[in-house]
Amino acid sequence: MQIDLTINGEPAGAEAEPRTLLVHFLRDTLGLTGTHWGCDTSNCGACCVLLDGEPVKSCTVLAAMADGHDVTTIEGLEKDGVLDPVQEGFIAEHGLQCGFCTPGMILTGRALLDQNPDPSEEEIREAISGQICRCTGYVNIVKAIRWAAEHESAPV
Amino acid sequence: MATTEETTTEQPVGFGRMRRKEDPRFVRGQGRYVDDVQLPGMLHGAVLRSPYAHARIVSIDTTAAKQHPKVHAVVTGEDLAGLNLAWMPTLSADVQAVLAIDKVRFQGQEVAFVVADDRYSARDAVELIQVEYDPLPAVVDARKALDADAPVIRDEPGSERTSNHIFDWEAGDRAETDRVFADSEVVVTQDMIYPRCHPAPMETCGSVADFDKVTGKLTLWTTSQAPHAHRTLYALVAGLPEHKIRVISPDIGGGFGNKVPIYPGYVCSIVGSILTGKPVKWMEDRSENLMSTGFARDYVMKGSIAAGRDGKIRGLRVDVIADHGAFNSTAQPTKYPAGFFHIFTGSYDLEAAHCKVTGVYTNKAPGGVAYRCSFRVTEAVYLVERMVDMLAAELNMDPAELRLKNFIRPEQFPYKNKTGWTYDSGDYETAMRMALEMADYEGLRREQAEKRARGELMGIGISFFTETVGAGPRKDMDIAGLGMNDGAELRIYPTGKAVLGISVQTQGQGHETTFAQIVAEELGIPPEDIEVVHGDTDLTPYGLGTYGSRSTPVSGAATAITARKVRDKARLIAAAMLEASPADLEWEKGRWFVKGDHAQGKTIQEIAFGAFTTADLPDDIESNLEAMSTYNPTNLTYPYGAYICVVDIDPGTGHVKVRRFIAVDDCGTRINPTIIEGQIQGGLAEGIGIALMEFIGFDENGNCLNGSFMDYLIPTSMEVPDLELGHTVTPSPHHPIGAKGVGESPTVGSPPAIVNAIIDALRPGGVTHIDMPCSPARVWAAMQGRAEPPA
Repeated sequence: MQIDLTINGEPAGAEAEPRTLLVHFLRDTLGLTGTHWGCDTSNCGACCVLLDGEPVKSCTVLAAMADGHDVTTIEGLEKDGVLDPVQEGFIAEHGLQCGFCTPGMILTGRALLDQNPDPSEEEIREAISGQICRCTGYVNIVKAIRWAAEHESAPV
Repeated sequence: MATTEETTTEQPVGFGRMRRKEDPRFVRGQGRYVDDVQLPGMLHGAVLRSPYAHARIVSIDTTAAKQHPKVHAVVTGEDLAGLNLAWMPTLSADVQAVLAIDKVRFQGQEVAFVVADDRYSARDAVELIQVEYDPLPAVVDARKALDADAPVIRDEPGSERTSNHIFDWEAGDRAETDRVFADSEVVVTQDMIYPRCHPAPMETCGSVADFDKVTGKLTLWTTSQAPHAHRTLYALVAGLPEHKIRVISPDIGGGFGNKVPIYPGYVCSIVGSILTGKPVKWMEDRSENLMSTGFARDYVMKGSIAAGRDGKIRGLRVDVIADHGAFNSTAQPTKYPAGFFHIFTGSYDLEAAHCKVTGVYTNKAPGGVAYRCSFRVTEAVYLVERMVDMLAAELNMDPAELRLKNFIRPEQFPYKNKTGWTYDSGDYETAMRMALEMADYEGLRREQAEKRARGELMGIGISFFTETVGAGPRKDMDIAGLGMNDGAELRIYPTGKAVLGISVQTQGQGHETTFAQIVAEELGIPPEDIEVVHGDTDLTPYGLGTYGSRSTPVSGAATAITARKVRDKARLIAAAMLEASPADLEWEKGRWFVKGDHAQGKTIQEIAFGAFTTADLPDDIESNLEAMSTYNPTNLTYPYGAYICVVDIDPGTGHVKVRRFIAVDDCGTRINPTIIEGQIQGGLAEGIGIALMEFIGFDENGNCLNGSFMDYLIPTSMEVPDLELGHTVTPSPHHPIGAKGVGESPTVGSPPAIVNAIIDALRPGGVTHIDMPCSPARVWAAMQGRAEPPA
């Protein structure tokens, strides 16, 4: 079937089997490999993308369900050569190590700040609690999102 | 000694805090992991796996799979036998079935491999393969593996085995230990299990094999922590010439030991590419990762500790049954089938010690990799730190005080322990006292007393660990025959920029930053001017890879030595350029200058330019600025640390909350404190997981009960508290820069601190031990006086 959607602000479309998962559609069909796949059961969140601004686990969304919708992936956060403050925060606070969970964590952080520009540590922990990081112990991820909250209006 | 490490926004030329060089690509989603590799015409592989833990294979019918329109090849064990590839050697002198022929020996074992147009149709075709099995009784409990009536698992053709016994291994002096125990006033004994768990990196294992028929060259992108060792093993196993194999381990999404072995899927992808003439990708799913790739631990231990009434520890002994699964594919140095478990005397000065480890086969996945651990050090530290805590309870002594009384003292280093190790350096008391102070230990004990009076369950747990990492000296250790040395190659370009090739492979540790900082420290070239190349065997010098906290101790040493060779050569070139004698030159970071005339000098960049351009060099000096070296450590390094954990337990549910975790680490010289702290934070989270929830269990038929992230639980941001870190610095005297390695310290040291804290909370109720993982159900059962027998 034909799937047409908006990805990172640009129209995109391709043929896909109806059973195709959004994560595979993004990675294998559209070549957007910044979205990662880490489990089959919606537990790890490495595949997190924003669907109409809301974080979703793209291994649990059929590509067909995204037809006509707006998807943001990690590739879409940098604007005109300027990183999103959340991306900057992950660098500044050493919020990543192997980098595998990072795109999903950054997108969730972005969605959180869009709804709550000044989240507490507890609110940040709650927001990322559906995603697993094996490297950082989360401490610096929390700091990275907090860093972004403090630098939203004044990018580095 | 404690040091201050200030954070500045300036990037250091050398050691210090700096932002990671690798991060800009990762935050943009531009990391390149194996599954990101897309080649023209690439096909996809999928593995058919056994539903049984133990069964005879009666027949395999691949007819329908082969007829699938999108299928290019279906491979079985019989097909591989024709290529002499049905069995492959493990890292521990055993063999493992690539695809099963006679029997399946664990649930999830590889039975057939399908190559198809895309990943979905490969999986469809797997479903079309018909296998008839004749189920056999399974050996699940390692303690029963040697029973006379236990079915023999490894009875494949050619095997002469009559039991499931793999090895017996001992260290220490049994007779002397018996004598000390007989002579001691207090002896405490405890059975404990370090359960089977799994490294479960976020990226599963996989490979893309591309065999070029014309050139005969195989390029293999693969999730490998040891690309060079893998290349050699592929050459030896498959008979491919080694210079025609290129192993590329690109960005790796975490390893933690899981990506040390060679897995059947990698071999199948290579066979698939050779058969079809096209690149073949194989990427396992999460269940395949948890059910079939290298697990960790699985030690059933009986420990005993002997002491005087005054709290002086005198002896320690332990008997272990080690569950190695269906194939002995544990990754250990050849001489040590139980790895470095014989470091189990820990941080204490004892009179005698003895351990015996018996390895057995069971119908479970093979492995025995070190999950963020240097070869069974984790099991050893857990054993001794639980035993010391039990002794403290028996003597009614404070566990901190008991440890302080028995530490190896600073003046005893280098310290030769009773099982053959020579500890390089340490000041244990200082680290322990720092942790106690950071925790406000006395204040915590007061708080605990108040809470106990109110019926609340609060526990304080201590662990003090010493690791032995950085394997290792060639005279003592090898893996699968390969000496455990590592290389570094440094090229300074004419414009003063540098490229460093290293044999170790980052899986998140930040080698591209840390290793650039080592060169920067030695040569004064800014880290941003140094490109670190790793993970590609065609581009880097030989070495055994990253695991066992060995990157900095081994390849880091090679890097420092290589940089010093460059510096020495730069001195000769500078002397020629300055028309001075090399003996008259003095080094300051980044520059050789004439003694007594500071203005007369050449920077390393000027020297590099001179070397390649028009400097008038003596005949015996080649016109380059390059060097390489391979480092053979004279000894291992011995990082250590003092950890304190505070838990609160819900009396109604048995749920354990880690409220605080204080970690004081000493990893010797600190290259990049930010990276070190990140490593410790991550390892503590994994330690919390192991202590509280991470567990691979089986039912009586050998069915894996934790084969997905629905059942294999990993701590989230809600279970890991903010972590309180401190450090001391006691450099390793034999390492070129004094660094000891740090990546695994937190995973090694934290589980006993957490379990000790839980027992500390429950001791007034009579609980003396709970086996990990301390899930709410187990803690609750222990609180009811019926500690659940571990599965």
